[in-house]
Amino acid sequence: MAGPMKMRATLNGGFTDVRVLMTHPMATEQQTKGKPHFIQNLTVKLNGKIVIEGEISQAVSRNPVFSFRLNGGAKGDKIEVSWLDNKGDTNKTETAVA
Amino acid sequence: MRTVIGSAALALAFAPALAQQSPYAEYQRMARESAPVELFELAGEEAWKKKQGPKNVSLEQCDLGQGPGVLKGAYASLPRYFKDTDRVMDLETRLLHCMMTLQGRSREEATKRVFGNADNASEMEVLSAYIAGHSHGMPMRPGTSHAKEKAAYQLGQKLFFHRAGSWDFSCASCHGEEDKRIRMSGLPVLYKPQVARPLIATWPAYRVSNSQFKTMQWRMNDCYRQMRMPEPMFGSEAMVSLVHFLTVTAQGEPYRGPAIKR
Repeated sequence: MAGPMKMRATLNGGFTDVRVLMTHPMATEQQTKGKPHFIQNLTVKLNGKIVIEGEISQAVSRNPVFSFRLNGGAKGDKIEVSWLDNKGDTNKTETAVA
Repeated sequence: MRTVIGSAALALAFAPALAQQSPYAEYQRMARESAPVELFELAGEEAWKKKQGPKNVSLEQCDLGQGPGVLKGAYASLPRYFKDTDRVMDLETRLLHCMMTLQGRSREEATKRVFGNADNASEMEVLSAYIAGHSHGMPMRPGTSHAKEKAAYQLGQKLFFHRAGSWDFSCASCHGEEDKRIRMSGLPVLYKPQVARPLIATWPAYRVSNSQFKTMQWRMNDCYRQMRMPEPMFGSEAMVSLVHFLTVTAQGEPYRGPAIKR
């Protein structure tokens, strides 16, 4: 049901730059006349350990793209990004730092 | 979420030079950074490899002009003349041809839904994203030597300036004079190479205002709608010629798509 996700994680002078794309309608309350459908929770794990736990709202546009920078990281470290929306749908993607 | 917001603010702080630009250029830069085009390329790869139609085969052996299944540089050398069909074809028309010949699908079935919507992109749209992505950075070199390619260019040019319909519009009514705009968007003078080059080299593209991935034939189709003309036929000689005229006008430009647009 959930569409594709794509992620890149690259080491950049002591930091890991992560860019993740996710397919989601991100439909607002107003657009749907009261039946919004949006990603509520974002979780980022580094080698299985949670490093970011975030909440986003309907204000984020369709097919969201997030980029962020993590302190440290090494080549081959596993980064996992997952989302959970307000209808209970979920999806995740994993990549190794390059 | 603090981390994410914190780093977003940091990224802005690192771009003081860009903030000097016009607000519209700044908006375009921000849109470029968050283009979800790759998602459509992924979906396109799946569509390219999906076995379907009465013959239950994929499009992987489709010849886009560089040999069966060759994707690299294929989009940058279209539209061009194809010997097997004895006509000039653009990417979408060629894909339709492959759907009909390789997969055995009917024209009706394959063109039932060529333009998708935000909830569901069409097969043609995702395929265009995937294939065009394989020409990134390559100079646009549509066919210009064959007699039929020359004829297509001339027909396309004629159509560009041909006024018709209830409003007596032509493409040139909007795209033929300098310094015209619709709201915030400048209207490019598309018969001028220096103007056409950067624009044509970025289609097909994701439109951020409606969250849809759009193809060149959609662009032509929608301009005809805006001109209040009858709806043009998908893959028709007229549409291919118009796309060919614009692409030849922009030739030589390195392909920079699939891009993101307003």
